[in-house]
Amino acid sequence: MRITELFDNGEFVVTAEVGPPKGIHLGHLVEEAKEHLSGITAVNVTDNQSSVMRTSTLATCAMMKQAGLTPIYQATCRDRNRLALQSDLLGAAALGIENILCLTGDHTKMGDHPGAKPVFDLDSVSLLYTASQLEKGYDLAGNELVGEPPKFAKGAVVSPISDSVDAQLAKMERKVMAGADYFQTQAVFESEKFIEFMERAKQFGKPVQLGVIIPKNAGMCKFMNRNVAGVHVPQYMIDELAADKERAKAGITGVEIAARIIKECRPYCQGLHIMALGWEAKVPELMKLAGL
Amino acid sequence: MLITELKANEVIRAAISGKVFVLNCHGCREIRFPEHEADAFQAELTAEGIVTGIFTTEYICNDENLSVILQPHAAAIQAADTILVFSCGVGVQTVAAMYPGKRVVAACDTYALPGFQGVTPLEHDCKQCGECYLNLTGGICPITACSKSLVNGQCGGAKNGMCEVDPSMECGWERIQKKLTALGRLDVLTKAPVQLRNYATDDLVNK
Repeated sequence: MRITELFDNGEFVVTAEVGPPKGIHLGHLVEEAKEHLSGITAVNVTDNQSSVMRTSTLATCAMMKQAGLTPIYQATCRDRNRLALQSDLLGAAALGIENILCLTGDHTKMGDHPGAKPVFDLDSVSLLYTASQLEKGYDLAGNELVGEPPKFAKGAVVSPISDSVDAQLAKMERKVMAGADYFQTQAVFESEKFIEFMERAKQFGKPVQLGVIIPKNAGMCKFMNRNVAGVHVPQYMIDELAADKERAKAGITGVEIAARIIKECRPYCQGLHIMALGWEAKVPELMKLAGL
Repeated sequence: MLITELKANEVIRAAISGKVFVLNCHGCREIRFPEHEADAFQAELTAEGIVTGIFTTEYICNDENLSVILQPHAAAIQAADTILVFSCGVGVQTVAAMYPGKRVVAACDTYALPGFQGVTPLEHDCKQCGECYLNLTGGICPITACSKSLVNGQCGGAKNGMCEVDPSMECGWERIQKKLTALGRLDVLTKAPVQLRNYATDDLVNK
């Protein structure tokens, strides 16, 4: 099932993401996803997230699919050139994995192998274009594919709270031109800013899923404000988390905050993307509180 | 060492607009400059009556020197809508930074040659990629000003306008965005076809 079909039906599409481990035992990850994420539409599987080496995204997606979940294959351009990326996109389609998310990827210097060669032969825009070409039955060099071409739901990301929001909208326009079918956003904590962004982004006519992180505690929020591009947690939210440490630790405050953001933004977007960051168990509760 | 080659005439024509001031750099002697092709093309433009002046000099990468030697040409530059620069990528970037309100167009692609590199100031950098992008990016090089050398726009990794890979470096795509917006030419970026780098042109010798 391609999630574009659901957007087309006017459904509010909910996804969450999981990261493969640095190791070969994926059973636990799949079991947890089955237990906590069965109520949502699809599960993103990250690709060496934050440039930290982990087990193959494609292998994890295949196991998720076997377990009855709908995986979204995240592909970044940091580690593979255009041959490898095309070959993996075709491999995904051959396994029946048709939901993809095309990203440029963090720089290698940000991760646990800072001496690795950063590839970036393609970028998010040219990767979307590549997937579009494959769908037409051609590879990037114009050679014909054998047999029926793949069909993808081609996702992309955008950072609506970025302090470079104009540059983000320009890039979003290029992603739409390159074939993006839907967008997932960086985590949003300021609903007004997201709504303003959506006023400008709706011209592109593509479904946008609001990105949400369940904030765990004040320290995590301060860390994100200092270090994570495109993420800003306002001070009053940090104070809210700091006010009752036990409540925050139990996840009650964080889930309340996330649910509030979802309710405020829901009328302005077409879906939700949850970055639970280890708190996958809280997803069902969040959904309930947000009225989803 | 490096070599400059003329871009296709139609590519240059698509990038220029209105009256044109031509600046040739015959700088560092290790560079091969396509003098005859450049002369022929400039003669064509002159015959069309769109050229306000042609000035040939050297080391335009030195902006202090350049600002002095361009003084006698101030009126011709003022009268032009486009400054068309025949030089390596560093020269074009120097001129673009000196005339932020003008359309500055690169007429050449710059290729690397093995061996000793020309001495250039550090302010601007040219990777000699052989497919100069400066005409799409307001004269700011996305190959050298972006940590990932992206050619299709900004990634999500800018924090307060700075690059997350090197927080002492302003995001190159933020600079490009601001420059094109100030010039009223953002559509050059948003409407450009999807850009794919061609690594086969990295080295003219093996092209």
